[in-house]
Amino acid sequence: MLNKVYDWIDERLDITPLWRDVADHEVPEHVNPAHHFSAFVYCFGGLTFFVVVIQVLSGMFLSMYYVPDIERAWESVYYLQNQVAFGQIVRGMHHWGASIVIVMMFLHTLRVFFQGAYKKPRELNWIVGVLIFFVMLALGLTGYLLPWDMKALNATKVTLDIAQSTPLIGDMLKTLLSGDEHIVGAETLTRFFAIHVFFLPAALLGLIGLHFLMIRKQGISGPL
Amino acid sequence: MKRGKGMKFVGDSRVPINNRKPNIPKDYSEYPGKTEAFYPDFLLKEWMVGAVFLIGFLCLVVVEPPPLERIADPTDTSYIPMPDWYFLFLYQLLKYSFASGPYNILGAFIIPGLAFTALLLAPFLDRGPKRRPLDRPFATGFMLLAICAIFYLTWEAAGHHDWEAAKKQGMIREVVEVDKEDPAYKILEANTCLSCHGGNLEGGSGPPLAGTKLSVDEIKDIAKNGKGSMPPGIFQGTDEELQQIAEFIKSIEK
Repeated sequence: MLNKVYDWIDERLDITPLWRDVADHEVPEHVNPAHHFSAFVYCFGGLTFFVVVIQVLSGMFLSMYYVPDIERAWESVYYLQNQVAFGQIVRGMHHWGASIVIVMMFLHTLRVFFQGAYKKPRELNWIVGVLIFFVMLALGLTGYLLPWDMKALNATKVTLDIAQSTPLIGDMLKTLLSGDEHIVGAETLTRFFAIHVFFLPAALLGLIGLHFLMIRKQGISGPL
Repeated sequence: MKRGKGMKFVGDSRVPINNRKPNIPKDYSEYPGKTEAFYPDFLLKEWMVGAVFLIGFLCLVVVEPPPLERIADPTDTSYIPMPDWYFLFLYQLLKYSFASGPYNILGAFIIPGLAFTALLLAPFLDRGPKRRPLDRPFATGFMLLAICAIFYLTWEAAGHHDWEAAKKQGMIREVVEVDKEDPAYKILEANTCLSCHGGNLEGGSGPPLAGTKLSVDEIKDIAKNGKGSMPPGIFQGTDEELQQIAEFIKSIEK
């Protein structure tokens, strides 16, 4: 049955080469922990992606309850955490995932760095990887404000002060982030929400796509 | 499966098949040894690693519920801010006198900027063909230095932070509206009790007074002689007023 459905689609769209391009390749011995246990260091990149998937999914479920408004944001998070079935688990996954993804990405970066895997011809992929790192830090920064509790507000005030101390463009940058020259309030929350939920994930998915495309194109770096 | 062969389209404008790149997997003869097909053999192993990781991750999630502090109160300026742990090293850098105040630009932009730019441009700074860490001492050395700095700064920031006070200042407090027209409330206001204990006696930099288990006499004693970080002599009123506020505080249930 499934084969028939597949054939029906394949006959019209020729989809076989698409997934063959993604899946048809050999995994060399030196990255396979089944052959050399020390090759577990090659898992960090994949686990980073795994946590990103967890973040995207848990974030989608969080947005079913979250209200980006200064009067209701905290109430909605409190309700989600204390009243909704498994709400605490979903919020916990998003909260802890944000930390674990940084840890995994840090380890992955160190693996690539100390193996010199960023050398020619893989310079571009390293740059995309570091950009992913920056986007991830920005996601952590903007997500910290969203529960609208005491630490969220005060940490964001510090962040905005630092942004404001940028030479030349400081005031503009602060206004861009907080939505007002002086007030850290309703508009700051909606801006951080938009950045956290739309702008940065879009950038992240694009960069991750490039990252994977380049890995498929270049193959994994050889043994040391 | 036919794999798309023999497709006939009405009004076909596609590039003919003989111009397409052949779909041949990469030659891995440059890495000799026991290669393994990615799909499905290796993918299954990856999923098993993922499953084990997920179990560990979910254990963490179940054991440690995500924290939520009380709702943001912009009027409370006594709160000591703290960023998430992975920003602590940048936060700590801004506390040193050589990187703050007039030198803020050094701590906030130049030092982190140089470090992150160097990270971004690592392939162009470390251009030699050698890949082993010991064969490129500068790259390895600078990275080890950066890691040590990050760990040290994070450690210092965490060590200097008063975690107990941080927990207290963020706690969700149950606020019960008190009668603000009561004469005793006016006395509390006049003696600056509310600036530390909160407008509804729910607590602030001082402990909450609402729902206290202390007796009237104990409340009177603390109001006059202080306790902990509260100095003696804050209450300046008469004995009658003292009795009045002690009874008022005692009367507020949680």
